[in-house]
Amino acid sequence: MEHHPLINLAYVVAGILFILGLKGLTHPRTAVRGNLLGAIAMLIAIVATLCNNEVLGYKTIALGVIIGAVVGAVMAIKVQMTAMPQLVALFNGFGGGASVLVGYAALSKESPDGNFLIENIAIACSGLIGAVTFWGSLVAFGKLQELDFLKKPVRFSGQQWANLGLAALVILLGLSVAWFPNNFLFFLFLIAASLLGVTLVIPIGGADMPVVIALLNSYSGLAAAATGFVIDNNVLIIAGSLVGASGVILTRIMCKAMNRSLFNVLFGVLEATGEVAEADEVYAGKIKSTSAEEVAMLFDSAQRVVIVPGYGMAVAQAQHAVRELASELESRGVEVEFAIHPVAGRMPGHMNVLLAEAEVPYEKLKEMDEINPSFAQTDVVLVIGANDVVNPDARNNPSSPIAGMPILNVDQAKTVVVIKRSLSPGFAGIPNPLFAADNCLMYFGDGKQAALDLNRAILEG
Amino acid sequence: MDVSMLITGLTIFVLAVFVGFEIITKIPPTLHTPLMSGSNAISGITIVGALIAIGNGGVQMATVFGFIALVMATINVVGGFMVTNRMLEMFRRKKK
Repeated sequence: MEHHPLINLAYVVAGILFILGLKGLTHPRTAVRGNLLGAIAMLIAIVATLCNNEVLGYKTIALGVIIGAVVGAVMAIKVQMTAMPQLVALFNGFGGGASVLVGYAALSKESPDGNFLIENIAIACSGLIGAVTFWGSLVAFGKLQELDFLKKPVRFSGQQWANLGLAALVILLGLSVAWFPNNFLFFLFLIAASLLGVTLVIPIGGADMPVVIALLNSYSGLAAAATGFVIDNNVLIIAGSLVGASGVILTRIMCKAMNRSLFNVLFGVLEATGEVAEADEVYAGKIKSTSAEEVAMLFDSAQRVVIVPGYGMAVAQAQHAVRELASELESRGVEVEFAIHPVAGRMPGHMNVLLAEAEVPYEKLKEMDEINPSFAQTDVVLVIGANDVVNPDARNNPSSPIAGMPILNVDQAKTVVVIKRSLSPGFAGIPNPLFAADNCLMYFGDGKQAALDLNRAILEG
Repeated sequence: MDVSMLITGLTIFVLAVFVGFEIITKIPPTLHTPLMSGSNAISGITIVGALIAIGNGGVQMATVFGFIALVMATINVVGGFMVTNRMLEMFRRKKK
């Protein structure tokens, strides 16, 4: 569609600001401004669109914007940081859903005698990606929220083939929509695509959710880009492809951190499992339990302490107590850093946000590759609520299900203290030889209570 | 849309993907969650399509679906930018 040149110019400015906004996110200092630039870009794009004389119905628009803005704002203000993955999943879904509907609206406006083949292909793409994003995100939301009927991954034999068949059907229907556009075919197509969105995500287990969210993030961008082709609007194409690229990169990082291929995550294939050692065999007679006083003494003579938080810490709401412990140690001249595994939280970077909320300065948060060489010079490592990401089997035992997964090499430290409720396994469902190692002490208890007790023991000691 | 417009669109798409890759690989893991929620808000750019869909008037269905799309996209945009801002403010906060 033809726009006034000024409107097109405004879209170019919006595109530039989106790029600069993302660029701002490359450092915590400039990130707030970067996000603001993105919001300004969005405002410019919206205002430019409203100036288009094709846009009528301002009352309806005002109503829609008010409803959406209030709902969005309330969700953004109310959400707990631990629930951030669910919120992002939900927002993703809304973006995808909007793409589907815009595609449909464009389809219903076509005059019967024109040639709209290219538009229709774009409509089919935006419908397909949008519907998969919408339903996939809703399922992901349900899983993250731990709704009972979605908690367990749903798997049945021949599932891959069923999905493949469904995908083929969706593509076939999509092509029919492109050549013979009509409402009936389009709805049939949407139903099939929606089903595909559900069946693609439903077999995926809790541990793989970070990958799924990143991937759906990418899809929501691609859906927006496809919509850009539908309404022939470059700013949608630019913004959508930026988001698409971002999601792809995050997906790749998450897959690498879990040592799984995207294919394996999506099709619910677990790596070939060798013999899994019995927990009793690994742990029997080798577990040394410790007390707050003993750990306080260790801290007393330590020069360098590294804290390894896992999602269990967030579940126990122990972030603030852990931060206080870290501050107390620092005030006594101990060097304290936090080691963050890429999949420590439930989405990329989640743990960093949880610690930032507890006012841990971001300079203290070290990535895996950065901190791993320093464990050998570390006096005490405090592992709290993490398990699989510190399992030395990933490095030492080629037949382990997690063999090759990059881990934090905490076992190389002088002493490792693990705060944990019990010896129960993590997501991978395997015992952790670290707990039985000579230099490892187990501190059994709730994460928050343990951190408080340690802090008190230090103050008393 | 004719073929030349399609090619222009594809050119923009491919170039923007490259720009995205270049920038986003430089974003530190610390900021990956805000990156996701922020880029999520950007994908709410579909709001432009929703506005056009509503605006055209005449066809009832298009207006109804456009309206629902508008509400969804607005939630995505407003919620996304606000929650990202909330997180980033925490990173900026100085130690007491």
